[in-house]
Amino acid sequence: MIRETNRHFNFDWISIFLFLLLVGFGWLNILSASQTGSTLNYFDFSQPYGKQLVFIFFNFILIVVLLAIDAKFYERFSSIIYLLSLLSLIGLFIFGKNVNGATSWYAIGNFTIQPSEFAKVATALAVAKYVSDLNTNIKSFKDQIQTFIIIFFPTILVLLQNDTGSTIVYGAFFFVLYREGLPKYYLIIGVSVIMLAILSLKFGYTTASFIAFVVIAIIHFLNKKKRRIYKSFLLLIVATVITFGTNLFYENILQPHQQERIGLWLRLEKDPEKLKRIKQTYAYNLNESEKAISSGGLTGKGFMQGTRTTGKFVPEQHTDYIFSTVGEEWGFLGSAFVVIVFVLLLLRILHLAELQKSQFCRIYGYGVASIMFIHFLVNIGMVMGLLPTIGIPLPFFSYGGSGLWAFTILLFIFIKLDSNRINQW
Amino acid sequence: MRPFLLFISIIGVGILFLSRLFYLQVYKENTHNLFEDNAIRKVYDYPKRGFVYDRNGMLLVANQPSYDVMIIPKEVEPLDTLEFCSLLKIDKETFISTYKKAYHYSPRLPSVFVSHISKQDYAVLQEKMRRYRGFYIQKRSLRHYQTSIGANVLGDIGEVNNAIIKKDPYYKIGDLIGKQGVEASYEDILRGTKGIKFIQKDRFNRNIGSYKDGLFDTLPKQGKDITITIDAQLQAYGELLMKNKRGGVIAIEPSTGEILAMVSAPSYNPNILVGRDRSKNFTNLYNDSISKPLFNRSLQGVYEPGSPFKLMNALIALQEGVITPHETVTCYTGYNYGNRFMKCHCDYGTRNNLVSGIQRSCNAYFASTYRKILDKNGNASTGINNWSMHAKSFGLGNYLGYDLKVGQKGRIPDRDYYKRAYPNTFYSTYTISNAIGQGEVATTPIQLANMIAAIANRGYYYTPHIIKKIEGEELPTQFTTPKKTSIDKVYFEPVIEGMLQVYKNGTASTLQIPDIDVCGKTGTVENFAIISKAKKQLTDHSIFVAFAPKDNPKIAIAVFVENGYWGSRFAGKVASLMIEKHIKGKITRTDLENWLLKHSLEHEYAKPFAGVPFGINENTRLQVVDEAEYNQLKKQLDIINSEVN
Repeated sequence: MIRETNRHFNFDWISIFLFLLLVGFGWLNILSASQTGSTLNYFDFSQPYGKQLVFIFFNFILIVVLLAIDAKFYERFSSIIYLLSLLSLIGLFIFGKNVNGATSWYAIGNFTIQPSEFAKVATALAVAKYVSDLNTNIKSFKDQIQTFIIIFFPTILVLLQNDTGSTIVYGAFFFVLYREGLPKYYLIIGVSVIMLAILSLKFGYTTASFIAFVVIAIIHFLNKKKRRIYKSFLLLIVATVITFGTNLFYENILQPHQQERIGLWLRLEKDPEKLKRIKQTYAYNLNESEKAISSGGLTGKGFMQGTRTTGKFVPEQHTDYIFSTVGEEWGFLGSAFVVIVFVLLLLRILHLAELQKSQFCRIYGYGVASIMFIHFLVNIGMVMGLLPTIGIPLPFFSYGGSGLWAFTILLFIFIKLDSNRINQW
Repeated sequence: MRPFLLFISIIGVGILFLSRLFYLQVYKENTHNLFEDNAIRKVYDYPKRGFVYDRNGMLLVANQPSYDVMIIPKEVEPLDTLEFCSLLKIDKETFISTYKKAYHYSPRLPSVFVSHISKQDYAVLQEKMRRYRGFYIQKRSLRHYQTSIGANVLGDIGEVNNAIIKKDPYYKIGDLIGKQGVEASYEDILRGTKGIKFIQKDRFNRNIGSYKDGLFDTLPKQGKDITITIDAQLQAYGELLMKNKRGGVIAIEPSTGEILAMVSAPSYNPNILVGRDRSKNFTNLYNDSISKPLFNRSLQGVYEPGSPFKLMNALIALQEGVITPHETVTCYTGYNYGNRFMKCHCDYGTRNNLVSGIQRSCNAYFASTYRKILDKNGNASTGINNWSMHAKSFGLGNYLGYDLKVGQKGRIPDRDYYKRAYPNTFYSTYTISNAIGQGEVATTPIQLANMIAAIANRGYYYTPHIIKKIEGEELPTQFTTPKKTSIDKVYFEPVIEGMLQVYKNGTASTLQIPDIDVCGKTGTVENFAIISKAKKQLTDHSIFVAFAPKDNPKIAIAVFVENGYWGSRFAGKVASLMIEKHIKGKITRTDLENWLLKHSLEHEYAKPFAGVPFGINENTRLQVVDEAEYNQLKKQLDIINSEVN
């Protein structure tokens, strides 16, 4: 009996505390970024800060429901959840509403919902379910393909809706699979391809191919086990194809705004006149958000006192660029606090995942940490100008019901699974 | 190993983000500067610029409103351009091109559409302005000169340039600053401090309210009024007498160092540098490289002082004990030194003592005196350094430290100065021209006037200055503490006696003023110009220095008239009249007045540019102004004289 009582309240309160910190502080910044002047009515539901308050309220109901459902439910129904999620994504092609060029929303009256946010949770569950299956061996090629297919479906659907940002998030599952035994060469190949692509964009394909040649030659001759020369030769051909392919892809397939964003990130554009123009068009947001963050200084300008925030200099500041509000109004101390809270939450989830006895729970926990990590990395990296502009929200922070709820579901399913740890068999 | 990939990535990204934040927020920019924040609009509230009064309380410079028609292109609505153009007195092409220019600058920000419209046009326009959306009238404050004289004293204000903005963050683009004269010298006092309002704007540049409810806003501080030492009437009188001549006049009150008049001829009406035509008129003045009206001859004109400098040599010789007032030197129509000869006007065999030497301006006497000074210890090198030290104690050879922004050092040579020309041997005869104020000595009119003031005071002077009173402030002590010269008081009397004799019986005896003992000295200085690469002598400069009365002097004056020939011909007359004007308030010798108004030296100034051979000095005739101009000058004279208070 005592054990039963404990079971219900054996939630990881550290994670919950960090979660509450982020949601609360996030709302304060949404309030600041979306305030409209003199009078401030917290319950003005036509304004983002008012709406977000409603989302947060429903969020707590959602949490209660999530924690009340039996932990076993999530594992058992993961396949169905996954299929439903795919259906909701496919449905967008018929019923979807186009906002800012992406067909990612269902509109029901005034209320819009973005199924791609929830698809991440479903995919995390499905991957955990499939990989944890006793019949699955991630080291076998056949099962690797199967897993990739599970990840591939939502990815391609989201990409087809023109939501490039959300597509990148599915890269997070690499961390999960690698943890579960995906062969090392995937990591090597992945890192090499990214490096090659960046090198060829930055220095041109001849230089990149030459560097690849040198590296492959060194590896070939340093390798103690005698390698066949044709293998190294093949590798070189592949590398050259990648370098050429990257440039072709960059110049012919990417849209102009994507080209400019990547070009700016890699400092490809040298002409100051053109740079100035890019800063006023494609990179306007980035430029303004960097300025806002810089102007915060050590301690910031104070809550609701940010001159660039109040002046609405950063478009979309309450959604994807919310971190620039933190930077401007709370300064280095506030922004460092947010970064540290995120890092602590991610590490806490990771730590809990490692403690799980059930493989399903561990894999899911890894999924949660990886997805949140990618969001954290890409969003803050973008706002500070470390990464090219990719529009994905900052978990728990950015304005938006779908995002907030999806991340809450993602996290609290894991907290529920974790609370059930001692009852696992 | 495998579980650590994500772990390390999270920690790594965390550290990367923290360092990037540190770089952006702490390292790169550590304070939030409201002035540099382009999300905050700075609106300035300009204070009233201080007024300028003359020493008798007469208002010289005030302010006048000026009206600019402003435009915000985005807000302009279709209008009756024909009527609008006729109201603004512009044509339709101007309207269209100005509109396009403003739109190109910024559709949302105001720009000037028509500047400096007259008060009359403003009155009409004000009524109808509300009909034209997107246009409004902005009031600005400009200077209003209550007088047509003193351009070189009063100066002018103009927009700040980039160099000033960079140096002094107080000034923003479009602000006005004193450019010349007292406007420049007392800029900080006259301008006051502008108030500032910080206004939060959004990214479309629209105002969205006061920043932090005006916590950092400030109110403007009014500029302070100043009183200058100039006597407007004397100044006007001096400027009139110097019409059609070039040169400088400086009159100083010896007991205070106050500058009573500072004339630089030719001059211009200060009002032409106000308003719509400012830049055109300024360019004209600036480009006049022949008569150089912007060049302040009384402060910047460096001339060889000529005979007035003999006074200096007499004082030094007395102080050094190398002569006594009664010792005589015989003049043989000149002075022999080595195998060379310096001419003099004295009759052959004239025996001159100190007083008659000054009275007759005897070159031989002063050549001999100068040599005695330099050869006192048998070493001309230490002798000239000693001589130089005495002369410099009168404020010669260096900036005087007066409160106007322009000036020249002049030149009092010492042994070092001659090192290049005479590296080894150095005898007093080498520099004997200095004895008569030519050669290497050079002074500005204000330095010479100051030297006379020091003689009038018998051994000390106050740094000349233009400021008399600043509302609610003390004068700087540099202007109220006397500066002692290196000559003892007792040695001044014989020199002053000589100067009195100049007036009574000497070179200026035609210029006497009834009832006033004037002590003066004439000067006639050779000068040269380079004409088509050849050095050509021009008509001598006419110089006169004086102070009066002999006891309790009220005025010390130095007059330079370029190419006026001998000292009493032009300069002496100007000095004599200005002394009488200052002391008596009215003129008894109107014949001198009329003579000066009637005669012009413009033909002398035209000679070097005429391209034909010309005669100088005794081979030149006086030029008489035409009747119309003479009558006009007479009329001006009557106006000045009628203002006697």
